[in-house]
Amino acid sequence: MRILCCVKRVPAPGAKINVTDDGLAVDASHLGFATSPHEECGVEEAVQITERHGGEVTVLTLGPPEAADQLRYAASVGAHHGVLVATDGSAWDPQRTAVALTDAIRGLEAADGPFDLLVFGNESADSGGFQVGVRVAYALGRPIVNGIKGIEVDTEAGGGVVRARREIDGGFEVYELPMPAAVGVKEGINLPRYPTMRGRLASKKLEIAEQASDAEPGGQSLVRLHRPRETVTETVILGNSPEAAPAVVDVLEELGVV
Amino acid sequence: MLLVVLEHDRGAMDEAAREALTFGRGLAAQMGAPLHAALIGADDAELVSEAGAFGAEAVYTAVHEVLADFGPEAWGEAASEMVRQLNPAAVLAGGSERGNEVMAQIAARLDLPMVANCLEVNPNGGAGEWNITRQQWGGSLLEDACLVSERPLLTSGLHTLAAERAEAAVEPVTQAVEVDLDPSLARTVVKDRVVLEAGVTLSTAPVVIGGGRGVGSPEAFAPLEELAAMLGGRVGCSRAVTNNGWRPHSDQVGQTGTRITPEIYIASGISGAIQHWVGAKASKHILAINIDPEANMVVKADWAVIADLHEVIPAITEEIKRRRA
Repeated sequence: MRILCCVKRVPAPGAKINVTDDGLAVDASHLGFATSPHEECGVEEAVQITERHGGEVTVLTLGPPEAADQLRYAASVGAHHGVLVATDGSAWDPQRTAVALTDAIRGLEAADGPFDLLVFGNESADSGGFQVGVRVAYALGRPIVNGIKGIEVDTEAGGGVVRARREIDGGFEVYELPMPAAVGVKEGINLPRYPTMRGRLASKKLEIAEQASDAEPGGQSLVRLHRPRETVTETVILGNSPEAAPAVVDVLEELGVV
Repeated sequence: MLLVVLEHDRGAMDEAAREALTFGRGLAAQMGAPLHAALIGADDAELVSEAGAFGAEAVYTAVHEVLADFGPEAWGEAASEMVRQLNPAAVLAGGSERGNEVMAQIAARLDLPMVANCLEVNPNGGAGEWNITRQQWGGSLLEDACLVSERPLLTSGLHTLAAERAEAAVEPVTQAVEVDLDPSLARTVVKDRVVLEAGVTLSTAPVVIGGGRGVGSPEAFAPLEELAAMLGGRVGCSRAVTNNGWRPHSDQVGQTGTRITPEIYIASGISGAIQHWVGAKASKHILAINIDPEANMVVKADWAVIADLHEVIPAITEEIKRRRA
């Protein structure tokens, strides 16, 4: 199995998300950076699939040079190769990002053969455009389903099949994608492992292949980020001990939920 | 014309579609364009009449054998074919998981920009340069964006406005649109469904009892379960809880979990980190139970009890039993 995972470097959010003075980025000076959660689970899933079926995981990211940290993190939990499409750090719109990733994947496939599975996060934690994976999969002619919280690869079934589960209210839907395929995964598909000491050491030796992209900007551009207006709530304190229970039940009765 | 792609599951309209029609009514008025709707894989009279109740003047239907059940590629291609034939000035869907997915499929197929989870859309008099405010970070941050597009593809932020019927219901004109779909699109159609639990779910529960890190262990959720069962509700949890492996991820409320909309959310032992808050804020009322009076969840709640949840939750259960007896 050859699996490709796309990941995004995003600020690690805290209790509040602050914006830089120019309004063009999240102020990450106190936050640090991490892999967007859906994609962290995507890497874990890919690594688990190769542990069962053999093969290798390549992790691809588009971002500033520092996004190499996220590729190294992926290597520390079992990914084998890392590819960085370097930007100047400005926010790339979804169309431009998709074109750059598609070009990069075409290049990797031309050199080393096709990937059996492309794994994307359902949406990035920060800009949340909900489209890059779908655009890339469409450009490459791969079937893709989003919202995936369970994957089983069946290499025996004619040409290989990915059985994917998508959570719905009270259960799940099952899809069967012929390989080569693509999925948009969501957090909850697994609980990502922590890096081991050996993994950390291996990740330092990861050779990162760097690529440039000449993808043109698409139609959407960022003007300004700002925090939503917060509605000030007057919190009514019902008590400071279990003695408050009758007051709580009064509220529940008033709302008609008891 | 503003075309709203209606989300439905085998003929049952999704709340996100009603929200999109509500959002679309305002946007169509701004555009000076009529509000029309697209029904993919259904030509059900009830769905058409409901779209009319929300103000859609025309409903286009596409029926085909690969559209018998949901499939993102088949839906995306059918909707794209409708757009090619009908030439709408803009296309809108609700910002649900499926809504965003189908719109992304349309965007890929038509090679047009797509802007997800919009809160405000200003067509600027139709000059082709749209000013949009949209959600980032699941709604904890907003982005003002400029969209240059001959045909904007948009979704409206989920649960950011309440679905409201039009003042006067319309009897929509219906028109079947011929879509010629490749049978291979069936490769991403739902193959099967597995029902794990019948009845009320986290996203539909009228009462959600939430537990956070403060609950302390998987076993300590039992009193929350008891209270939830008593109120016909469900237990939810924060990301800290699922990361500790105390509860399954399907119980997680938040940006990467479920967006809940109960009559009341009782958040116990939850500090209220921003990722949790964006999943909880559509609750109609919030009651926080926390030992920390400064906790974000307490500050944002309508009511709070500043005490140990391990004592307060059983006391609430006992009080309800006493009153019911």
